[in-house]
Amino acid sequence: MRTALLTLVLALSASPALAQTAEPAPAQTAAASAEQAIDVTDDSDWQNQTIAIPAFATNADVPTRTSAGSTAALGNALAGVITADLQNNGLFKPTGPGALPRPALAQIQAPEFGGWQARGTDMLIQGFVRAEADGQVTVGCYLYDVALKQQLAKAGWTLAPGEWRRAAHKCADMVYSRLSGESPFFDSKVAFIAETGPKDRRLKRLAIMDSDGQNFTYLTTGQTTALTPRWSPDYKSILYLSYFNGQPRIYILDPATKSQRLLLSARNPLFAPRWSPDGQWVLYSMAQAGNTDIYKITAAGGSPVKLTDSPGIDIGGSFSPDGSRIVFESDRSGSQQVYVMNADGSNQKRISFFGGRGATPEWSPRGDQIAFTHIVGNLRVATMDPSGGSLRYLTDDWQDEAPTWAPNGRVIQFFRTARNTGRTSVWQVDLTGRNLRKLDTPVDGSDPAWGPLRP
Amino acid sequence: MRTNPALIAMLAAGLAVSACSKKPPAQLPPDPGGAVSTETPTASTGPTPGSQADFVATLMGQDTILFDTDQYNIDSADQAALAAQAQWLAKYPAKRATVEGHADERGTREYNLALGERRANAAKNYLVSLGVDAARIATVSYGKERPVALGSDEGSWARNRRAVTVTID
Repeated sequence: MRTALLTLVLALSASPALAQTAEPAPAQTAAASAEQAIDVTDDSDWQNQTIAIPAFATNADVPTRTSAGSTAALGNALAGVITADLQNNGLFKPTGPGALPRPALAQIQAPEFGGWQARGTDMLIQGFVRAEADGQVTVGCYLYDVALKQQLAKAGWTLAPGEWRRAAHKCADMVYSRLSGESPFFDSKVAFIAETGPKDRRLKRLAIMDSDGQNFTYLTTGQTTALTPRWSPDYKSILYLSYFNGQPRIYILDPATKSQRLLLSARNPLFAPRWSPDGQWVLYSMAQAGNTDIYKITAAGGSPVKLTDSPGIDIGGSFSPDGSRIVFESDRSGSQQVYVMNADGSNQKRISFFGGRGATPEWSPRGDQIAFTHIVGNLRVATMDPSGGSLRYLTDDWQDEAPTWAPNGRVIQFFRTARNTGRTSVWQVDLTGRNLRKLDTPVDGSDPAWGPLRP
Repeated sequence: MRTNPALIAMLAAGLAVSACSKKPPAQLPPDPGGAVSTETPTASTGPTPGSQADFVATLMGQDTILFDTDQYNIDSADQAALAAQAQWLAKYPAKRATVEGHADERGTREYNLALGERRANAAKNYLVSLGVDAARIATVSYGKERPVALGSDEGSWARNRRAVTVTID
């Protein structure tokens, strides 16, 4: 987390357009104790960067087919979604449309810098909405540095009415990446398991939502228990586990049509399906006579390749972003620990040596970190580097498990189980561990699986 | 392997006496939903001989065996219960059964699925060692997805770390 912040701070200070932003304080870190020195908590300069996001203007307030209403209402809703995106990451101090004057269309490309400066605004996001004749909506998004009176970035999109929130996420992505130097991630989706019902009779259905928890949609009916979904890299398929006649099997479901196919048929239980980064391979585990090993098979089917052959449970593989290595968990040593092997199964090496148990490893899309569940009584979400060093806890609760990475490798979602009730919820935390929040899903949720940035 | 009901009966009786480390659960597990169909006996005089209801009534809690945290070994109490199950299965040689393996909630979901399979398989292996034809016994794991005890405490977790034998009507 410290590395992440430091990178952000450096990226900021290196950006000429943002030269007026408060300096990171190297003297302070240097003077601090060793413990404080690596803990760059003084990111208040960052969080104090004020961003104003007034309602987007429109050329004409006319009805749209979006769920937000007319173009004027849509302009207000867009600014609200952008505000929430930027708010929830703790990097900025955004002010939403409710507390701000609404600029006229003519001001979108010629902001009233003086007025915004008087309000103490550092950054200004303005935009417009236009209804197209064919029912689509066009959204423009502009980022300004108020002190410099300068435009930093702009972009525009024409989208189907049902996709209007994407424009807000794309705008937030543009602002986030321009100001932080990091890759975007808001315009992405999460597959997860929607849970309802009492603890001993939980109905577990496959569902999807946008990265911010909105646009919730069920994909299965709940007649069979669904678990552990994963998006394909192109968003066209979801791998998941489903109980058919009581036996867990791996299916590939098309979220557009909700049709699915059995990936492979076996008399033995199949677990933990995972895509390779290129979508060509599927990793999975199969239990045979009490022994579970990891296999891979091409996504089209064919002959499985057995990758592990240890007495014990080998499960939960995750490819490195270049596809060359796989991180997985195994209890071959006597307890669950995290191991790395080459993609062909060779060179299997344990990497977790810090006590407790290590489970559900997920390789970051940036390749630099592995997120996992660390179990010492309680279950906590933690990260380490691919050689097993730099252990960091991101959460500290009774039962947090199954981390999944945002497309930019800077934010993690996971699920939390409540003591006694067994109620589950999807949570999000950044790599500092300080910006933790629960996603507002309409029902309980578990096993979040964050997809890549949408194509 | 040939089944010897007399031997199994002796084993069951002997082991039942020596068993003391773990008590069978006081409460029966819930019916396993869509996994198998369980018929309720229609006659008020008691369960139909050879039915799942008869199995449950005969076993008196010994349709379930319990495990220690992260373990899947069959201890003496488990051996007694499995011997009683094998005795019933020997009496009804046409009956098939599914062993359902479960884990407590204090582990990760996927690992617990594999752990439940391992426990179900350990129970199956022991039944087979007592002469039950392996082809009659299927296994399934529900991991931590189907707890029978609903608390988040040691007592509940102990009851949830289990393998339950369900005969197929």
